[in-house]
Amino acid sequence: MNLVEVRDLAKTFEVSAPWLNRVIEGRPRQFVHAVDGVSFEIERGRTLALVGESGCGKSTVARLLVGLYSPSGGSIRFDGRDTAEQLAGRDALALRRRMQMIFQDPYASLNPRWKVADIVAEPLREHGLLKGSASAVRARVDELLASVGLATQDAGKFAHQFSGGQRQRISIARALATEPEFLVCDEPTSALDVSVQAQVLNLMKDLQRRRGLSYLFISHNLAVVRHVADRIGVMYLGRLVELADRQKLFAAPRHPYTRMLLDAIPDVKMSGRARTPVQGEVPNPLSPPSGCSFHPRCPLSNERCKAERPLLTEFQGVRVACHAVIEGRV
Amino acid sequence: MTPPLLEVRHLRVEIPTRQGTLLALDDISFEIAPGEVLGVVGESGAGKSLTGASIIGLLDPPSRIAGGEILLQGERIDTLPDEQMRRLRGRRIGAIFQDPLTSLNPLYTVGRQLVETITTHLDLSAAAARRRAVELLEQTGIPAAAQRIDQYPHQFSGGMRQRVVIALALAAEPQLIVADEPTTALDVSIQAQIITLLKTVCRERGAAVMLVTHDMGVIAETCDRVAVMYAGRIVEIGPVADVVHRPAHPYTVGLMGAIPSMEVERDQLLQIDGAMPRLNAIPSGCAFHPRCDKVMERCKVERPELMSAGPARAACWLHEERP
Repeated sequence: MNLVEVRDLAKTFEVSAPWLNRVIEGRPRQFVHAVDGVSFEIERGRTLALVGESGCGKSTVARLLVGLYSPSGGSIRFDGRDTAEQLAGRDALALRRRMQMIFQDPYASLNPRWKVADIVAEPLREHGLLKGSASAVRARVDELLASVGLATQDAGKFAHQFSGGQRQRISIARALATEPEFLVCDEPTSALDVSVQAQVLNLMKDLQRRRGLSYLFISHNLAVVRHVADRIGVMYLGRLVELADRQKLFAAPRHPYTRMLLDAIPDVKMSGRARTPVQGEVPNPLSPPSGCSFHPRCPLSNERCKAERPLLTEFQGVRVACHAVIEGRV
Repeated sequence: MTPPLLEVRHLRVEIPTRQGTLLALDDISFEIAPGEVLGVVGESGAGKSLTGASIIGLLDPPSRIAGGEILLQGERIDTLPDEQMRRLRGRRIGAIFQDPLTSLNPLYTVGRQLVETITTHLDLSAAAARRRAVELLEQTGIPAAAQRIDQYPHQFSGGMRQRVVIALALAAEPQLIVADEPTTALDVSIQAQIITLLKTVCRERGAAVMLVTHDMGVIAETCDRVAVMYAGRIVEIGPVADVVHRPAHPYTVGLMGAIPSMEVERDQLLQIDGAMPRLNAIPSGCAFHPRCDKVMERCKVERPELMSAGPARAACWLHEERP
């Protein structure tokens, strides 16, 4: 049963020079296709992870899903209903209550002037839950703090009195306040140290089991993704290049970019795993290469890859956008 | 045995504050042999960057070296006057910092910065310095170096900028390079390229490297030996294979277990509860004891020094030689 269905989602940002410069210098208008025709589903109670390097559009997808950006094209359906419609209509709040977001930087996403109790209670106030009963709100805040492993005394403290990992726990408690079904986590552990990252990842998995949460998990770290995700989408320059179950993706990565990413991970255990060095860098998204945008870095590219953009196609149980894989040139 | 290139003995760094003096580095001792790559790993606040800054003489005031000594080829450098230290920095010790954008001057072309560094330290004419700059850029893998030398840092991508920074650090053929989180600001695919580059160029020139990072994966791939830091002290130091495969200190064990692995699948990651103590509240005895799962009574009162633990050395009472 799919909780979230995304079809051909697109988002363009205008990055043109100011109007006067365009008139005087005759510069054209410019657009970045931050997200370009992305489709995926998230099953209830499961985790989909999107991975990719900076500028691949993964955070934009996260923001589109919770309605922080409005899509330039395509549709997002949540529990069978189109979210764009719902967010514009009268029951927008009802939808927002069911999905919440956890941001990357726990230093920037908590108000430094508010006590933790106010931060965690804000969604309750905003959604008009437990109205009029201060003691009920207080009890709920305590319960939420306890569920993320913080003490009830912490409610009276300010955010600066906590370490990074504890702050991220506060963010999670706040996100859980409205009892959402769906959490969008944008690099929730990238700002944390490894030992603390392990604490937060364990907590998130534990909460998922207890509350049946569904996650969209955005990360650039494939090792972290392997630990939390059921299904993984690999993004490159605004497009999904591979979408597969975790086991399949790690056992038999198809797309050359996925292989490259896997090869780039430093080998902690020094197992002597054979690795091919990575070639080149991510091109400028303002002028993406023709055809398959990965072709300048791809060891398997040919004439067709330069001219024709590959579509995400079902291939042996995974979805992959690559001519070489489909033609069996690998 | 060759004499060490760099020797740090009982280094102690203090930060005076209004609430009293904080002890940021406490009795740090290690050596780096010529051509060796030493990794320094630890979580934020462990003091790893401060150790690097002390060696290159760039401690931010009010932090100050309060004890111990730093020797480069047997000669003390921590007490050198600023002017002499400035000449030594860049010439004999190169530095690479985390953010390649802030370590380059945005107003000067890459070539001008390289030529400036080269002529400051080496006795070369402007034309020869420029030729050398182009060579350096070529060696660090910048395509069309002869053209790109006249571009500004903003015209380079993050990975290319870090290559320029490496070229700058290598410009005067230093014997030691202190690299503080050189790949942290970069994407994974670029990170691997930069690490390989750093390793090969240093090996070719026989330069020793002190690589400061929080990423155990980078350490495992690059270093000969590794020092693990916790709360301003070295808790374990030894050959990288031993520390990675048979960590001796419980903190290193936890650190290795907390890294999501690509090889084994686990439902739960090993976690170390709690967080690194703040400098104003470092626990008595062994600073790790409140988080340690093998804690003994002795750990709470008596501080362990580094002692032999197989091929490595660890500061943990578990490894005390029993008489």
